[in-house]
Amino acid sequence: MLTLTCPYCGITAEETELHPGGESHLKRHGPGSSDTDFEAYLFARKNPRGVHFERWRHVYGCGKWFLAARDTATLQVFGTYKAQSKFPPAEIVAAIQAARPGWQPDWDETGDSAPGITDDPAPNPTPMREIIA
Amino acid sequence: MTVSVVPKPAAGRSSGRYSVFAIAREAMRLHTGWGRAWANPEPKSRYQVVVVGAGGHGLATAYYLGKNFGITDVAVLEKGWLGGGNTGRNTTIIRSNYLQDPSAAIYDKALKLYENLSQDLNFNVMFSPRGLMMLAQTEHEIRGYKRTAHANNLQGVTTRWIEAAEVKKLAPIINIEGPRYPVLGALYQERGGTARHDAVAWGYARACSDMGMHIIQNCEVTGVDTEGGRVRSVNTNRGTIACDKLALVVAGHSSVLAEMAGFRLPIESIALQALVSEPIKPCLDVVIMANTVHGYLSQSDKGEMVIGGGTDGFNNYTQRGSWQHVEETVRALIETFPMLSRLKMLRQWGGIVDMTGDRSPILSATPVDNIFVNCGWGTGGFKAIPGSGWAMAELVANGRPGPLAAPFGLNRFAEGRFIDESVAAGVAH
Repeated sequence: MLTLTCPYCGITAEETELHPGGESHLKRHGPGSSDTDFEAYLFARKNPRGVHFERWRHVYGCGKWFLAARDTATLQVFGTYKAQSKFPPAEIVAAIQAARPGWQPDWDETGDSAPGITDDPAPNPTPMREIIA
Repeated sequence: MTVSVVPKPAAGRSSGRYSVFAIAREAMRLHTGWGRAWANPEPKSRYQVVVVGAGGHGLATAYYLGKNFGITDVAVLEKGWLGGGNTGRNTTIIRSNYLQDPSAAIYDKALKLYENLSQDLNFNVMFSPRGLMMLAQTEHEIRGYKRTAHANNLQGVTTRWIEAAEVKKLAPIINIEGPRYPVLGALYQERGGTARHDAVAWGYARACSDMGMHIIQNCEVTGVDTEGGRVRSVNTNRGTIACDKLALVVAGHSSVLAEMAGFRLPIESIALQALVSEPIKPCLDVVIMANTVHGYLSQSDKGEMVIGGGTDGFNNYTQRGSWQHVEETVRALIETFPMLSRLKMLRQWGGIVDMTGDRSPILSATPVDNIFVNCGWGTGGFKAIPGSGWAMAELVANGRPGPLAAPFGLNRFAEGRFIDESVAAGVAH
């Protein structure tokens, strides 16, 4: 069974405790964008046979959305990281490259219009503890 | 991958026509005269049409290209073995009780072709129109299936709503008074049933081979060469093969092939799984689908109970299932079919299905001029094989879709013109 570690609560959960949410780091297109961009945002997915960045929700745990890097051909998990990450962090890239020599990121962290990467990361939410306190 | 060690066919030796006389003749000479059912040729350097994927849909596409359009300079490339993908991994259910008109047209075309497929191909595909029930186990399903029955009757697809008592009469092993999911009735299609999945692939392969087409197994496409918006050739592990037209019919690997050709598809690949029990005496002569509990059941000719389960929710290219889905499926089924609780399960497997957002297929031209795709059949492609091949052959031969394929173009996603079959096709097939 697929197991992922939630980067928020630190629990290593089986897939039955989690809910998959599809490809991550999508660039959002809304009102004002071209029809082509909007269609691509809604429907066109990389769906790679290999390294895949994706969203998961720790639905029967802390309830938070997080991101994971996983190989769809082997089910190997390279790591999980917080949903607020604009790009997969360096340690995730290193973990992928350790397992898949020659694999290169297809995003450009310096550009504003990196393909498939959101320009507008969600702001850090206020931790629930502080609200309760 | 080296899978099969197959003897080279003697040149020109055909499998001949199968008939009772052929059986008698071969019986008298100790079955020494049977030829190969299809040839095993070396690839040529160029074909008029290259079809990628020798599953049911790819082979049917090739067959109807030859039969309906006289195009026989065709190669069907298969990275593994013939019918070794989803064609060999499904639960063989055939039905056409979908909701939307475009679906009814193509699935019912397929069903009508299945009815005469054994005669057409001169190969016994064991089509068994034993009847099919989709159980309603909630009030919402009653409303949904009554609506489908009305829609089907307007489409000329004969289905009807039956009450629980008739369900029990048709399938005595069913428990209609389950405490959690009682059986409240069913959508019944008498013309639905099953066929032998391997035989469908084999029958089409034999007919294609007899027309002079090349079926090339263990031939994996590793790249697609395009120039000026047109495809020139495909690179394979057995050399470069040029073509005038390219048809991608590769189900779960459609996104991978599209990526090679430089475009993306609205497809996500996930694993769908099934399992079979040990063989038992005949006890169920209809196909039963229970969508609420994600299980569907029929009995094979060998006596095994064939059980279809659920899908994983995440992108997956491994042809394996997940234990929790086996558990969920079996738990639900033994409530509805208590007698199954003592059965041992023999095998369990997964296939990679190509899911679209509206759960309807894609038969379409693509951003590359002479590449055509046939994919997105998702969890229910087997039943559609003849209709899909028929419509795809028309699309490839003419370069534009006929009436069956036209609604299933890629442009429907840009236009928001979905063919929503998420109820008819959700999981169970």
